[in-house]
Amino acid sequence: MTRNSTIVVLGALLGLYPASQARAAADQVVIGDIDDMSSVYADVIGQGGVEAINMAVGDFGGTVLGNKITVLSVDHQNKPDIGASKFREWADQNGLTAVLGGSNTGVSIAMSKVAAAKKVTFFAIGAGGASLTGADCTPYTIHYAYDTTALGNGTASAIIKQGGKTWFFVTADYAFGTQLQESATRVVLAGGGKVLGAVRAPLGTTDYSSFLLQAQASGAQVLGLANAGTDFSNSLKAANEFGITKTMQPAALLAFLTDIHALTLQTAQGLYLTTGWYWDLNDQTRAFAKRFYSKANRPPTMNQMAYYSATLQYLNAVKAVGTTDSDKVMAQLRKTRINDVFAKDGYIRADGLMVHTMYVMQVKSPKESKYPWDYYKVIKVMSGEEADGSQPDPTCPMIKK
Amino acid sequence: MTTLFGVPLPAILGQLMLGLVNGSFYALLSLGLAVIFGLLGVVNFAHGAFYMLGAFAAYIGLEFLGVNYWWALLLAPLSVGLLGIIIERLFLRQLYQVEPVYGLLLTFGIALIAEGVMRSLFGASGRSYPVPPLLQGGFNLGFMVLPIYRAWVILASVTVCCVTWFLIERTRLGSRLRAATENAKLVQAFGINVPLLVMCTYGAGVGLAALAGVLAAPVIQVSPLMGSSLVIVVFAVVVIGGMGSIVGAIAGGLVLGLVEGLTKVVYPEASNIVVFIIMAVVLIWRPAGLFGKEQ
Repeated sequence: MTRNSTIVVLGALLGLYPASQARAAADQVVIGDIDDMSSVYADVIGQGGVEAINMAVGDFGGTVLGNKITVLSVDHQNKPDIGASKFREWADQNGLTAVLGGSNTGVSIAMSKVAAAKKVTFFAIGAGGASLTGADCTPYTIHYAYDTTALGNGTASAIIKQGGKTWFFVTADYAFGTQLQESATRVVLAGGGKVLGAVRAPLGTTDYSSFLLQAQASGAQVLGLANAGTDFSNSLKAANEFGITKTMQPAALLAFLTDIHALTLQTAQGLYLTTGWYWDLNDQTRAFAKRFYSKANRPPTMNQMAYYSATLQYLNAVKAVGTTDSDKVMAQLRKTRINDVFAKDGYIRADGLMVHTMYVMQVKSPKESKYPWDYYKVIKVMSGEEADGSQPDPTCPMIKK
Repeated sequence: MTTLFGVPLPAILGQLMLGLVNGSFYALLSLGLAVIFGLLGVVNFAHGAFYMLGAFAAYIGLEFLGVNYWWALLLAPLSVGLLGIIIERLFLRQLYQVEPVYGLLLTFGIALIAEGVMRSLFGASGRSYPVPPLLQGGFNLGFMVLPIYRAWVILASVTVCCVTWFLIERTRLGSRLRAATENAKLVQAFGINVPLLVMCTYGAGVGLAALAGVLAAPVIQVSPLMGSSLVIVVFAVVVIGGMGSIVGAIAGGLVLGLVEGLTKVVYPEASNIVVFIIMAVVLIWRPAGLFGKEQ
């Protein structure tokens, strides 16, 4: 069977291929959602992300500039070529005006090149890699929810302060994992700590025991897990099984609510992690979570919430400038302060990063958890500058000019 | 300290031990595949999905029906094996007369459907299955702490592999099975119900996959994708061992688990491709596989 027919079969099975191929009218908003819908990261955004976009479109009223808002979505299967070619196809044939990029930094980097070439506003949400607003920045990319720099600054500095000076990393062997390790390493070294070793595990590894024995043999105090999704669950689960969590403190450099749910509090308790949003922060977030819950049967993750927020911010910007022209919309977005149910004190920096308040969390023990999905307690609230620094990333070519 | 490839010897021993655990899973899964291919000529692409369903059957049993791990070891392979029998009866049987690629497509489709259904029921990040109380804790081997559960996996899988080998190679039932694959018409003429034999063989092969799933449930996240990531490796193991060779599947599984374990120390980045490199080399050097017979 050829790869293409496999994709068609998959797409048809999941009902992901949009029926409408018609070209959009002038100034019609077409939002594309390109995400992992079926694989390791499908729970982090996936169908819940489509739900979040639809909720935002519904809350906005369904139309903008007198036209109906169209939402397209596709499964990129964690393959950069699929993500980029779908982006290009929608831009050429469907009048695409904005894209929400789902999980996977590798795919998002590929899509950001298309965004620049086609001049389409691109919200990178699921991807963590800080290079999206560094070496890979474009005038049309907004890195919206979180990045590896903030994750490193949050989790690693909290652990260093408690005396976790020596680190060993188990890193997912692709752009996201290596960038996450780099940013955490910077924080560890700056805090007077040492990195005793690191091992790069292929994406989708199920058995982490041998990597964990290497970590244990290093004698480091902290086990830095620079991975995500099922990779994270499997590595933490094995660390528990081999008793490594008794001698080393595990640090989740990226964990989502759904990961903690899948692992259960019994396994995940005590873990430090950094997030840009949590459903149980205040009355506003709880109210939204309740609405979302009635549709998706679970509270939203940080990224699903960011999907909602980004969609609304985009539609507001289009309405304000009265056109879908990406240059004008981007200019409007750049001068907007973002304060909504997702972001506090948010603004888009010159390199494209949306800087906003972030939280260092600790996973509750089963005893501390009082109701379903009551998983985190806030350890520290970080201002956007504390999380991501006060200066734009100098490696971004737009900054050098 | 003694070193090998610049790695301390105790570390190597530890990695070999872990490789043996993974090898046990490979052996159990490739055994089922080899039995099905050897006796039915079907390339069972749904094997990973049956493995996944076995793990989920254990999870569902524990979470909703109060079935503990030990009963799951028996009941999950039985129920998933029964599903296999139904699939053989309804679909697969229609395809024995046509090219093997149709069987492959059918089973691939079944795998996609099974994954999709479990994903919509349980989500892509899956669920956690606890280690049974009796097998918690670990043995201190001096060079590493081996969790009791992992030792149990090796023991259970080697036992099941030996029993299966014995059944097929050394019993009357096994000899009939082998005869039926050589010449179905002749065996039928002796009054043996060949379609029934074939149906039960498929069910048994599927049951072996489900058993591997139950064994894996406490050590990895029970997720809809756990099978698809494994099935390709297992196919490579079967090809290396020799398509349809029982001994080849068992030995190949264990040895490749060891090689993969060593790769994780020496060059971790290559640990997910080393099996395929070996497969390529074996195919060039011995196209029928290490234990396969040239046609």
